Formats: sequence, C-alpha cells, structure tokens
Amino acid sequence: MRKPGKIAGQLIQSIFKKPATLNYPAERSGMPEGFRGKLKFNPEKCIGCKMCMRDCPTGAIEIVKVGEKKFEAKIDLGKCIYCGQCVDSCMKEALGITSEFELAKLNPDDLKITFNAENTSDSQK
Amino acid sequence: MHDPGEVKITIGPQHPALKEPESFLLSLHGEKITASSVRLGYNHRGIEKACEDRTYVQDLYLVERVCGICSHSHSTCFVQAVEEIAGIEIPARASYLRTLISELERIHSHLLWLGVAGHEIGFDTLLMYTWRDREAVMDVLAAITGNRVNYGMNTIGGVRRDITPQHKEMVLKAIDILEERTKYYIELGLGESTLLKRLSGVGKLTNEDVVRLGAVGPTARASGWGRDVRKDDPYAAYAHLDFKVITNDQCDVYGRTLVRLGELMEAYSMVRQILQKMPDGPIAVKAPRKIPAGEAVSRYEAPRGEDFHYVRSNGTDKPDRVKVRAPTLANVQAVSKMLEGGYLADMSIVVAAIDPCFSCTDRLISVCDEDTQKKNTVSWESIRLKGIDWYKNQGIDFTYLNKKLARKF
Repeated sequence: MRKPGKIAGQLIQSIFKKPATLNYPAERSGMPEGFRGKLKFNPEKCIGCKMCMRDCPTGAIEIVKVGEKKFEAKIDLGKCIYCGQCVDSCMKEALGITSEFELAKLNPDDLKITFNAENTSDSQK
Repeated sequence: MHDPGEVKITIGPQHPALKEPESFLLSLHGEKITASSVRLGYNHRGIEKACEDRTYVQDLYLVERVCGICSHSHSTCFVQAVEEIAGIEIPARASYLRTLISELERIHSHLLWLGVAGHEIGFDTLLMYTWRDREAVMDVLAAITGNRVNYGMNTIGGVRRDITPQHKEMVLKAIDILEERTKYYIELGLGESTLLKRLSGVGKLTNEDVVRLGAVGPTARASGWGRDVRKDDPYAAYAHLDFKVITNDQCDVYGRTLVRLGELMEAYSMVRQILQKMPDGPIAVKAPRKIPAGEAVSRYEAPRGEDFHYVRSNGTDKPDRVKVRAPTLANVQAVSKMLEGGYLADMSIVVAAIDPCFSCTDRLISVCDEDTQKKNTVSWESIRLKGIDWYKNQGIDFTYLNKKLARKF
C-alpha cells in the first residue's frame, strides 16, 4: 500500500542540517583551477600575428601595434564570451586566462580594457 | 458544426508556467482539451545564417549556444559533421573525453528535468533536492571544462582539455553521491503515491503515435519505442561501452519520469566505464582551417532526444550551410497529441514532460496575412529591396554609399 509523504523523513533530517547554499558575497566557494574567466595578456610575448583576432567568435579582442615590435591588446569584456579560444590560438602564449569572474560594471565603457607594457594584468580604462 | 460548449483559449507566448516563449491554442470543452495547436517562432535567433558568416572555429562556440542545457550535444554534433567532411579521425582518448562530458551533461540535464517536473506538479521539495544534488555534477563539469555550462570542450580534431587523475577522483566521488541520491529518487518515484497519482495517465502517447509523429528521446522510449542513437548508430566511444536502452510501457508522464531516472543510473555506470577504459594518448589532431567541399549529416543522442546537424562546406574556412534540428522540434507535434483528451490543469506538466527547449527549436519565422491567411516565401534579395525602400520613405537614402561600396569591392 502506497502512502503519501514518503519524503517526510528526508525533510525532517534536513531541518538539522546547515543550508546547501552559500551566503554570497560574504561566503565564496572559489572557482576551480582552469576556470575560464577574465583574460590576461603579456605584451612582451606578443608577436602581433593576430590569430586571436581571427579566431575570436565575437570580435572582442583587438591587437594594436603601438611601436616597433610592441603591441597592446584591447579587450571588450562585454563582448567576450569567455570561451578561451584566443588562448588556444595564441602560438606564443601571450594570452592567458584567469579565474576572475566578478566583472560587472555600472558603466559599459569600463568593460573595455587595454593591456600594454605599462598595464600587464589588471588595468581598466 | 460549432460546439456551443467550446471555449478557445490561448496560452503564451508569455505565460508564467512556461519559461520560454511559445504559444498554445487550446479548444476546451469544460475542463477537457479537445484540440490543441502549438505555435513556435517567438525566439528565432538566426543562428544557422550566422554560422555561414563565421569560420568553423568560431561556429563551434556559436553552435554551442543553440541550447544552454545540452550545449555539448550541439557542439559535438556539429564537430562530428565537420570532421566527417574533412576526413579527420580523432584520437581514441578524445572520443572517450567527449563521451564523458556528454554523459555528465545528461546527468545534469535529467536532474534538472526532475526538478522542473516536480515544480510543475507542485512538488517543490523535489525541485530543491534535485537541484541541490545537481550542483555536484555542475562542479565536476566546471572543474574539467572550465565552465558550468557552454563547456567549450570540443575543437575540430579532438577536445581542448585533458583530465587529470584528480579530476577522475572528483568525478568518481560525485558519481557515488549522485548514484545514492538517484536510488532514493527512484524509490520515491515508485513509492510516493502523490507522484504516481499526479503523473500516471497524464499526457498519454501511444506507441503508434510515437512512430507516426516521430517523437524522439525519453518521450519515445517511455512509450516503448526503444530508439537511441547511442545504440543504433554509435558515435564517439559508445560502441565500446556496455549500457542498456531504458524503455517503459506506461506511455504517460510517469513513464517518462521513470525512463529518465533509469537513464541516470545507466549514465553513472557509463561514466565509470569511461574512466576505466580511457586509453592514454593525444587529445587532438591538427585540423585544417579550410574544410574541403562536401556535406555530412551527424546524429547525436542529446538528453532530450536525437539531435541532428547537417553541414555543407564549399572548400573555404566558412560553412556553406548549417542545419540544426533540435530534439524538441521532433517532439513538439507529439505534445499536441498528448494534450488532447487531457485536462487544462495538466497542460504545464505535459509540456514540461518532453523537456522542451523552444529557443533551440526555432529556426523559422512565418508571418501570416491577417485577412487572407496566406503565407509566402520571401527571398533574401526582396527583403533587402524592401529594406532599401523603407529607408527611402523615411528620408534616408543609401544609394550613394552603396555605389561607393560596390566600387570598393
């Protein structure tokens, strides 16, 4: 004979357990290693082949020549879909991926970031 | 003859019970649905056309975004077709890795469905528990691929990331927890009388109707139609795995629940087999950027049913045509049939039972003339001319710019 309320035992057990959710942003779980977040760029390694620009599905990345063998990367984080294809396409490992993901900004212009010789990791213009 | 007791109501495109825009026109006699028709086309995104303007590498990520839940399904289906045209043989380890992600995806999709089904029948406790458990497999996917959804695992010629022994351990641990939980849900499904009474006899779809309407996936398998691409036409590493095709003869939503729960158990065993049998070796081979001219059709058993991609190439680095048929399109005709004869209150669970993904399905917009009810096909060129005329009427003329552009190219 089937009776309703089979899940009741489970419910009572759960009363004495702590919540499964985290109290974000006070508590953070952290991102796993290899998480595809914000990009990083090393201008010293870049040779300006622009393979990343060619393969980017959304046209979020632009490599600009700023001097003799000097390049800077302009990345629009609003367009970036964080697929990491540019990192795979880069033959000189100039591009890399970080696990930073909290990138929301109030002003859309703040999402456009430039990496150059002065600002190699976390510059935002 | 017009039935005086008949009431016609439209549900959708915006409706609280349905998460995606689609419209249902139901004819009701009292509370019973006598006839129904489904209308799609509210979420057309032009993905197929957009694929033609992008290279194969870029398309990988676009195709992945056809569906948010079964993203690996679409991406694998597309990449299989491209590899077939280019004649690329992927390494054994890559095919095992693809299969691993595909089974983990099935686990997350079926757990998600179980929660949604619970929610639609007012059993929100089930929703909370299944979605909590689903986090285990989501974390594993995020650790292996680098993202919770839209894994970006595939590349033409193999996969992009390898798994480490730590990942293996993590997967096995998560699978152990989930297997225990799923056993509990099966026990719950078989023993909880409210679930049984709410779901059995709802959304009846006979075996003959499955064949006639071409339903696929768990919807078809719950009506005793044991079709599964993984078994019938094995791709990736499925030929080397030992698994059963789960079927059920209930022909209703209860049967579909049991089929999905059974498939979860099969998926756990498959994941273990994959980790055990996975050979060492490279994970990708180098693929050319330009794919030789040709065409290919690829089939893939997505969590919702058979996914189908057709790719035609013309020798350049961009495809000539990409056609996507998501499993929901095959199942949506069956929904109409399932709704007929049922009650209005059952509508949301009947629709949810096929695990619909209407945004993935929309490939076409049809605009009907209000007075004559006529439809006609409009060519790309005539849309362009119409657009030029419309702007001219607004006082904006691009003729000069067009000529300038034409000279440039």
